[in-house]
Amino acid sequence: MADDTAVTFSRKDYQTDQEVRWCPGCGDYSILAAVQLLFAEIGLRPENQVFVSGIGCAARFPYYMETYGIHSIHGRAPAVATGVAIARPDLDVWVIGGDGDMLSIGGNHLIHALRRNVGVKIVMFNNQIYGLTKGQFSPTSETGKITKSSPFGSLDTPFNPVSVALGAEATFVARTHDMDRKHMMETLRRAYEHEGAAFVELYQNCNVFNDGAFETITAKDTRADMLIDLVHGAPIRFGADGEKGVILNEFGECEIVAVADVGEDRLLVHDEHRADPSLAFAISRLAHVPTMPTPVGVFRDVARPVYEEAVQIQLAAASERNGPGDLGALLASGSTWTVD
Amino acid sequence: MTPETSTLKPEPLAEVVIRFAGDSGDGMQLTGDRFTDVSAAFGNDLATLPNYPAEIRAPAGTIAGVSSFQVQISDHDILTPGDLPTVLVAMNPAALRANIDELAKGGTILVNSDAFDQRNLDKAGYQANPLEDGSLSAYRVIQVSMTSMTLEATKELGVKPRDAERSKNFFALGLISWLYTRPVEPTIAWIDQRFGNKELVRTANLAAFKAGYNFGDTAELWEHPYEIAPASLPPGQYRQITGNLATSLGLIAAGHLSKLPVTYASYPITPASDVLHELSRHKNFGVRTFQAEDEIAAIGVAIGAAFAGHLAVTGTSGPGVDLKSEAMGLAVSLELPLVILDVQRGGPSTGLPTKTEQADLLLAMYGRHGEAPMPIVAASTPSDCFDAAIEAARIALKYRTPVLLLTDGYLANGAEPWRLPAIDDLPDLTVEFATKPNHGDEYWPYLRDPETLARPWALPGTPGLMHRIGGIEKQDGTGNVNYDPHNHEKMVHLRAEKIARIARDIPPVEVDDPGGADLLVLGWGSTWGVAQQAVRQARANGRRVAHAHLVHLNPFPANLGEVLRAYPKVLVPEMNLGQLSRLVRAEYLVDAKSVTKVQGLPFRAAEIEAAIEEMI
Repeated sequence: MADDTAVTFSRKDYQTDQEVRWCPGCGDYSILAAVQLLFAEIGLRPENQVFVSGIGCAARFPYYMETYGIHSIHGRAPAVATGVAIARPDLDVWVIGGDGDMLSIGGNHLIHALRRNVGVKIVMFNNQIYGLTKGQFSPTSETGKITKSSPFGSLDTPFNPVSVALGAEATFVARTHDMDRKHMMETLRRAYEHEGAAFVELYQNCNVFNDGAFETITAKDTRADMLIDLVHGAPIRFGADGEKGVILNEFGECEIVAVADVGEDRLLVHDEHRADPSLAFAISRLAHVPTMPTPVGVFRDVARPVYEEAVQIQLAAASERNGPGDLGALLASGSTWTVD
Repeated sequence: MTPETSTLKPEPLAEVVIRFAGDSGDGMQLTGDRFTDVSAAFGNDLATLPNYPAEIRAPAGTIAGVSSFQVQISDHDILTPGDLPTVLVAMNPAALRANIDELAKGGTILVNSDAFDQRNLDKAGYQANPLEDGSLSAYRVIQVSMTSMTLEATKELGVKPRDAERSKNFFALGLISWLYTRPVEPTIAWIDQRFGNKELVRTANLAAFKAGYNFGDTAELWEHPYEIAPASLPPGQYRQITGNLATSLGLIAAGHLSKLPVTYASYPITPASDVLHELSRHKNFGVRTFQAEDEIAAIGVAIGAAFAGHLAVTGTSGPGVDLKSEAMGLAVSLELPLVILDVQRGGPSTGLPTKTEQADLLLAMYGRHGEAPMPIVAASTPSDCFDAAIEAARIALKYRTPVLLLTDGYLANGAEPWRLPAIDDLPDLTVEFATKPNHGDEYWPYLRDPETLARPWALPGTPGLMHRIGGIEKQDGTGNVNYDPHNHEKMVHLRAEKIARIARDIPPVEVDDPGGADLLVLGWGSTWGVAQQAVRQARANGRRVAHAHLVHLNPFPANLGEVLRAYPKVLVPEMNLGQLSRLVRAEYLVDAKSVTKVQGLPFRAAEIEAAIEEMI
């Protein structure tokens, strides 16, 4: 909560005295910097921030943030974070995890936190590989990927994390990448500002086990043609001169077209606030794997009652209706009798 | 219209054990509950044993579908629902067949004779009608056409016969209420209240109940009714209570006593779900209940709430404990207060979901990877679940540790009278949170209390006390990630020592020894009542037997070794294959012997008494 404008913060206010132990060159460094810079920019009080993580390289994140934090167990961070949010709805609760943590072992908790709309900000670092266990395919690895555990190619079909989150009817879904600090900070700021559950897929380069996985789309010289920037209220177009765009075809699917071929009026106008997630889902299907033009930015941002606030409302209503709890009366409720 | 008071003078009885048995759809649990409630309010001592199948509706009329409810009521202090019923109410042939072997010889069978048609006899596997072939000659059989009399009593009300037939359990309740001179007003009031919004059902049940009562009074099936006078229990205000309800109230009380909000996170599972149901009703006590997506999420939510300063509890049964075990290890490592309730049921795997067992003791003790010690508290009787829940919370909060609270299916659903405690007599569980740095200008999350070895508890939102905790091994004091070999060894010992020191803070085990005993019966959990009953019977036969019972299973009370070594013979009754006896043998090198039972049912006193006789 930025509740004290008199105090200003700098990046170092969020840095711990612990040595950061990610591999040199890991994308996680730039994400950590972006989060710390964003917090300083907004002026977030460190004591009101809680970081919860599971297991994996990304999950070490809380140790490097001078805030409250729990490094929990594999996959369960959304559940632990839900407990913090229920107990302390006044705090900002962040979940940091990787693609294995969030979509494999913890997939169940992720979708349930999203459908409940618990006010936690879930940032999933997607590097399409298991890093901490040294290089097995992950639930977002492309089919056929050769890894230590798939020497003849992975047989799995990968998840599209944004599609999964939208399928769970998350109220805020966005995507960004570690090569663009400004875009990262802006996307994370939007997640922070959202009331309720926010899911951010963050493409992150693992330079040791899956180097260059996103290079096709995130390299500076190809971004214009490969990243489709979603802007609320604007027609969806991309390319160096905006020469390409997205339309909705007769089946309700998104298609990439040359704007010159169809005319500007045919382009799909992005609407983050549509109550129904179907259109956002259609946009998420544009890129099956991040080697083709891929939408980034905010897919969906809608309002729905926030879980922990609803919990508070029920507590208050019960106290209003029944008065504050009286333990003696509770123990003696039902039929009682007296022995003299 | 209230049934007229019987004109016959009732004969006093000291106690009676009645078993109501019928099809799962016949409402036997409700009938038993009602009879129990009225008897409790009447002032009898009592204990109950519900027993029902796991299926919501097993095939009607079959043995598999039989549901029963046993209750002992008495004019004196009793400890168990009774070994063998002396009265069996059988609503159909399957109910008779499933229960007849347990009826005491010379006992009374009250049957709904209308249900003994060829179809039901076939379903129950009877070759001949037992009401006609003389096979029940060792019993007193009272045949009553309950179905047709219920239909007759309700036909003027406009109830469809199919619906009216469902009221026959109230006919049986009415008849038994007459037979044991129960007051009728509470049941009438209950029917009015419970079925107030279903007028036809209400009037039909009322009519059936009264018809049953009046039938008893006029039919001359018995020479006279019986009366079980109120028991002389210690003075105080009483209510009837089941174990799950007592656990729920104990958790709410622990929240009150610690001045902390309670968060109870759980996934529905038999036989623990009633605790979730009960706690979800009491939001005005600040109780948060969370129905999680799975067992692991439930404990995850509880751990998060504990970190944020709540009295956090997760409740389940054995299969759920299996699933929670990794997170329980996390809670050991985080050193956060947490209560894990395990309402034990028959295992392994899905096992016997609705039946009781005590086979999770070693799971509670050792069911985690690594050295992950955890205190264990076990309730002894349904009402003792209240105290056990408070004790589990006390230990968790004081020592900043997860605690296992063990009850079981028998305690969970069984009922007994409970003398209400004075709130002022309950322990103070107040917690002090960290408010300022504890090491120079730094806050060290693992800087321990030298006495208890508990670490401080700093709430998120407190300025200056930001800290990170996790499941990775940490340096003592700072809590920083640390892989140093000697630090790990130190931390493993510290975590063990912290739990071991709780022995200083729990009462010594008390021994009930009238003098000169050379056999000690050592029990834990729900075997308390039946073991005490067995010991009393053995003493009545001139045997010298001592009895001790454990509430704390980890650590054991400090004097337990001394107590065990004082007796040449130690007998441990438990509903598993000898888990406590294994623990005490390993811990104290005593030659403890087991008497075990794993039938999904509690011991009978006679079974333990026989083991005592054999060993003495």
